[in-house]
Amino acid sequence: MNLANYLTSALAAIRLNAMRSILTALGVIIGVASVIVMSAIGSGARQEVERSISRLGTNMLTISPGSSRSGRSRGGAGTATPLSEDDMDAIADRIAGVSAVTGSLSINAPIIYGNKNWTTSVTGTSASFPEVRDWEVDEGYYFTPEQVQRGAKVAVLGSSVVREVFGGASTIGERIRIAGAPFEVIGVMKTRGQAGGFRDQDDIVLIPLSTARARLAGQNATVPNQAGSILVKVGDAGDLAAAEEDIVDLLRQRRRIRTGMQDDFRVRNVAEIVQARTAAQQTLTWLLAATAAISLIVGGIGIMNIMLVSVTERTREIGLRMAVGARKRDILAQFLTEAIVLCIAGGLIGLALGVGATYAIAFLAGWPVLVSGTVIAVGIGASAFVGVVFGYVPARQAAHLNPIDALRYE
Amino acid sequence: MTSMPESAQLTRNPPPVVSCRDLTKSYAMGEQALQVLRGVSFDVKPGEFVAIMGPSGSGKSTLLNLIGALDTPTTGSLSIAGTDVGGLDDDELAHLRNRVIGFVFQQFNLLRRTSALENVKMPLLYSRTPAKDADAVAAQRLVAVGLGDRQGHTAAQLSGGQQQRVAIARALVTSPQLILADEPTGALDTKTSKDIMDLFTQLHRDGMTIIMVTHEAEVADYAERLLRFRDGLLVDDIRQTPKAMP
Ligand SMILES: Nc1ncnc2c1ncn2[C@@H]1O[C@H](COP(=O)(O)OP(=O)(O)O)[C@@H](O)[C@H]1O
Ligand SMILES: [Mg+2]
Repeated sequence: MNLANYLTSALAAIRLNAMRSILTALGVIIGVASVIVMSAIGSGARQEVERSISRLGTNMLTISPGSSRSGRSRGGAGTATPLSEDDMDAIADRIAGVSAVTGSLSINAPIIYGNKNWTTSVTGTSASFPEVRDWEVDEGYYFTPEQVQRGAKVAVLGSSVVREVFGGASTIGERIRIAGAPFEVIGVMKTRGQAGGFRDQDDIVLIPLSTARARLAGQNATVPNQAGSILVKVGDAGDLAAAEEDIVDLLRQRRRIRTGMQDDFRVRNVAEIVQARTAAQQTLTWLLAATAAISLIVGGIGIMNIMLVSVTERTREIGLRMAVGARKRDILAQFLTEAIVLCIAGGLIGLALGVGATYAIAFLAGWPVLVSGTVIAVGIGASAFVGVVFGYVPARQAAHLNPIDALRYE
Repeated sequence: MTSMPESAQLTRNPPPVVSCRDLTKSYAMGEQALQVLRGVSFDVKPGEFVAIMGPSGSGKSTLLNLIGALDTPTTGSLSIAGTDVGGLDDDELAHLRNRVIGFVFQQFNLLRRTSALENVKMPLLYSRTPAKDADAVAAQRLVAVGLGDRQGHTAAQLSGGQQQRVAIARALVTSPQLILADEPTGALDTKTSKDIMDLFTQLHRDGMTIIMVTHEAEVADYAERLLRFRDGLLVDDIRQTPKAMP
C-alpha cells in the first residue's frame, strides 16, 4: 500500500468510531494545547526580559535604602537611613567608571489640569536623569542643574500623562497642579512603551529632586538632602561589577557599617530586577511544561489503549488482509498511520485551543505572548511523536498476528 | 520465483500447481498433540477442478489453509506453482498469497462497510498496482461475476450470494494461478449455491485451477476430481464427469 491508501484507511477507521476517537485524542488535545500555551508564554517572558533590559539599560545600577538595624529589631525595606545627595556626589566623584548619577524620589500624587485629575508617579530627579536612563526629551527641555538647585516648580511629562491629561495636545508652557502646587510644563519625554507586565514607564511626571523633597516628601525627611534611590550609569568602558563592589565599599564606609554587619542598602543591576520580576512567569512556564508532558504521556497511553482495542476488534480484518497478500510491514504501517493520524488530528484541535487560550491569558494577565511557527511545529511534532511512540506497540502486535489465527478469531 | 519455469509449460505433462508430500499437521493440546493431518500426498495439475469432501473435523480446512500459505505444515513438503513453500520467508509467503493464490471463504470475509469495488481492490493495494489500473481491473472483475451494477454498494447492502460473488471477484483480481474455496456455498441457500457453482464451472472452463472444500455432494458434483478425507487421511481420489451447466 502507499501512503494515500494508509491515510484513507486510517481516516475511514477513525470516522467509523468518531466519538471514541475524539475522547481518545483528548489527552493529546490537552497536551498539545499546554505545549502551545507554555511555549507562547515562555518565549513571551524571555522576550520581555530582553526588552526590559535593553529599555532600562544594561549598564545601570540602582541603589536603594534597605532595612534598618537599630538594636535587635529589623525594620522593613526602606526603613534604614535614606540615601542623600551627598552619597550621590560621593559616588559620582570617587567611583571609577561612573559616567552619570541621579537621585529618584518617587511618590504617587494627583496632578490636576483644568477639570482633569490623574494620579501618577511624581518623581524628583536631578538634571542628569535623561543621561542615566538613556531617555531623551521629545519636546521642550529637561530641567537644568540650576533649576534643580533652586527648587524650580517645573515639570517634564511622560507621554502617557500627556495622553491622559492633555488628550495628546501640546503641553509646553501649560500650568498643572501637583499635590496642590502650581508647576510649569517645560518638556515631554519620548515614549518608552508598555513594558509588558511591568509598570507603564511613560506614566510619570518628572520634577527637580529638591522640589520633590520640599513639596512632597518634606514632612518625613529625616535627612535634609534626601535623594530617594540613586541611579548610577556606568560608562561604556566601565566595569559594572567592579563599580557595584566599589559603591558597596564606599557606602558601607559612609554609613559606618562595621565589618561583619549586613548592608542597610541594596545595590542592584537591571538584569537582577527584571529577572526577579519574571520569576513568577518562569514558574508558571515550568508548571505548564509539566502539565504538557504529563498530558502527552497520558494521551499517548490513551491512544495506545484504544489502538490495542482496535487491533483486537479488527483481528479478522487483519487476517483477511494477510490472506490477500499484506506483508507484516503493510499491517504495521496501516495501524501506525492510524495512531499518528489520530494524534495529529488531536494535535490540531489542541493547537486551536492552545492558541485561543494563549490569547485569553495574554488578554487577562496583560502578558506579552508569542505564537510562533516554531511553537506550532513543536505542537504538531509532539503529537506525531506521541503517535509513533504509543502507536508502535499495538501496530507491532497487529503485524505479528498469525494469518490463520487472525482469520479464525471470533 | 513463484511463477512456473518456462520450460515446464512446453512439456506435455505440465508440472503440478499443487504438490503435497506426506503432509502432517498437529496441534499441541495441553500435554497431548492432536494430529489433524496424518500424512497426505497428492498433486493437482493446472486447470483441474478438485473437490475435497469428508466428515466434519477430518482436516479439510486445515489442508486448504496449508495450501493457501495461511498456515505451515508440521512435517512434509508442499510446493505451490513449483515453489517449495517451506523455504519461503514471511514476505515471500505474502507475495504467494497475493499473486499466486486466490482464497474464497465460507463467511465471505468482506469489509462490511466498504464498497464492493474497494473490497475487490484490496489485494491490488498490496501488489503495487497503480491506483487507476486497480480501479479498472477491480471493476472488470465485478462485471465478470455479474455485479457490474453494484460497485458502489457496501458489502452490508448485498445479499449473501452477491457477497460471495464479490469475494470471488476479489480472489480473481490479481489473476492468480489457483483458486482455493473453503465451503464457498456453506452459508448460501440451494438456488444461490447453484449460481456460485456455475460461476466456478465457468472459471474452470476458462482454465483456472480450483480446489474446493465442501460437505455437500451436489456441490462436489461440479468438480472433475473428488478427494475424500477421513481422520486426517486421504482415503479416495476419484475422477468424475462434472455436472454441466444447464
Ligand atoms: N488452531 C487449532 N488448534 C487446535 N485444534 C484445531 C485448530 N484448528 C483446527 N483444529 C482441529 O483440527 C481438526 C480438523 O479441523 P478442520 O480442518 O477445520 O476440519 P474440517 O474438515 O471440518 O474443515 C478439528 O478437530 C479441529 O478442532
Ligand atoms: Mg472446515
